[in-house]
Amino acid sequence: MKPLTIALSKGRIFKETLPLLKAAGIEMLEDPEKSRKLVFDTSRDDVKIIIIRATDVPPYVQYGAADIGVAGKDVLMEHGAEGVYEPLDLEIAKCKLMVAALNDAPEVEGRVRVATKFVNITRSYYASQGRQADVIKLYGAMELAPLVGLADRIVDIVDTGNTLRANGLEPTELICEISSRLIVNRASMKTRHKQIQDILDAMESAVEARRASA
Amino acid sequence: MSREEQWLLPDGVEEILPAGAARIETLRRRLLDQFSSWGYELVFPPLIEFLDSLLNGGGRDLERETFKLTDQLSGRLMGVRADITPQVARLDAHTLRREAPTRLCYCSTALRTRAPQPGGSRIPYQVGVELFGHAGMESDAEVLSLLLETLALADVPEVTLDLGHVGIYRALVKAGGLAEADETALSDIYVRKASHELDHMLAELSLRTELRDALAALPFLAGDVSVIAQARTLLAGFGDEVNAALDELEGLAKFVQARYPQVRLHVDLGELRGYHYHTGCLFAAYTAGSSEPIAKGGRYDHIGEVFGRARPATGFSADLKLLATHQPVSSKQGVLAIGDVCDAAFAAAVKQLRDQGERVLLSLPGAKNDAQELQCDRQLVQQGDNWQLVSL
Repeated sequence: MKPLTIALSKGRIFKETLPLLKAAGIEMLEDPEKSRKLVFDTSRDDVKIIIIRATDVPPYVQYGAADIGVAGKDVLMEHGAEGVYEPLDLEIAKCKLMVAALNDAPEVEGRVRVATKFVNITRSYYASQGRQADVIKLYGAMELAPLVGLADRIVDIVDTGNTLRANGLEPTELICEISSRLIVNRASMKTRHKQIQDILDAMESAVEARRASA
Repeated sequence: MSREEQWLLPDGVEEILPAGAARIETLRRRLLDQFSSWGYELVFPPLIEFLDSLLNGGGRDLERETFKLTDQLSGRLMGVRADITPQVARLDAHTLRREAPTRLCYCSTALRTRAPQPGGSRIPYQVGVELFGHAGMESDAEVLSLLLETLALADVPEVTLDLGHVGIYRALVKAGGLAEADETALSDIYVRKASHELDHMLAELSLRTELRDALAALPFLAGDVSVIAQARTLLAGFGDEVNAALDELEGLAKFVQARYPQVRLHVDLGELRGYHYHTGCLFAAYTAGSSEPIAKGGRYDHIGEVFGRARPATGFSADLKLLATHQPVSSKQGVLAIGDVCDAAFAAAVKQLRDQGERVLLSLPGAKNDAQELQCDRQLVQQGDNWQLVSL
């Protein structure tokens, strides 16, 4: 049987997932930050790890190119998590998805212009509030949009809030709390149940142990 | 559209070339013969119908998947079928009206607005069977057998059969008296097995403790057959409906284990595929490397109600195009016949070969009759007064 494939993305999710994978006996044999490889062997013969962009993790898992993946709830909500299971909240890479505005920005009458890279989440959030929004898709530096008059509000991930404050913005509304989820391909969950469930159980225990010690 | 793009087909729409078509057609004949030997009669429901009748009982998902157009004659909306099962159910309830169990099979093209998975087909060549008029494990076992026999005929390797039963979830939701919006949200969470959201939602609903624990555990009651015994302990207090569902599942699981030991069995009590439509057990077959089931089915007892006659029903369907991908490509043999079409002796020799089941292609004068391209391994040539087969 071909090895089980786990999809991770570089950066914070990767660093914080490693100790949880270790609990399932899965350890990286080399540091992906120092390698140009994309597929990595692990301490377990039956498990491989691939390193891809965070937004690519859900499709890889959905189409079965990876059996398991770790993805932020923001990515799952924005890109749609249809067709994958989300059996475990890893409680890592925690942050908040928020609406932010310039300090003392007035209420907007009528349609509000919102700059964000989370187009779908923003649309459905404003719809749930009963407000009309014109969503402007940007790929970075959201904070600039209200400063130059491109948008009235922004929707973005807020960790410490320092970038917002440095640009004279403040968070105004919480859309939802974000953390990373373990996602599993539906067919893999059925055809390789024992193998995947053992990893899930070990990681769940590790998450609980960490919560208890915190 | 640029000139270069004019010939492109829409997403999810493919043409099937000779080698693929041959595989599909060979398998189609073998399957229909097999269904016929089990007593399943072939039907051809229409490609297009009035939307109202097409969508009856199929739920919202079916509506989103159906292409719609306006009938110029009646001014009514028509739909191109996205699924053939509801059409066959209508045929049984409204047209045939038999008393005895009715066994029907079909093999036709359907059309979907969206592919079931990206890169998948929007034009499935749907093949399947439906058995009407019997409620009970025996008819489910028959359909399940036919599903597994179909996969065997199609040489599908490493089959995992996933068994579930919507009756358990239905009974629990009924016991909780959930509002419709809550039930929709809950079933959406079940489909994703999203444990985090499930805990949040159950904490907000006012449910008694045993029921909350049961609803929290159900999506994760999955694994080998021992799951059924686990469920019996956990769901002991939830009445006959749950017990009956577990009995049915256990019966089917034992049946499959005894009769099809090579099939890997997986039980998932939280599976809610086609929840709006199914009423009893669910089954889906997976093969190594497929991210969607290669064949699926289950019980749907009430669909005939909207057509005026509720009959118990069970069945399965599959996309013949996907099934056929596991068939080996057969290399063709044939005879290239070189002669004058007006020559009676030559024509008689060609006819005799064709009557024997040979594939005979006439060599057309002036054309480049390349034997390899025409997939011929022999040629028919005149030697003296006789016509002889010569190897190429």
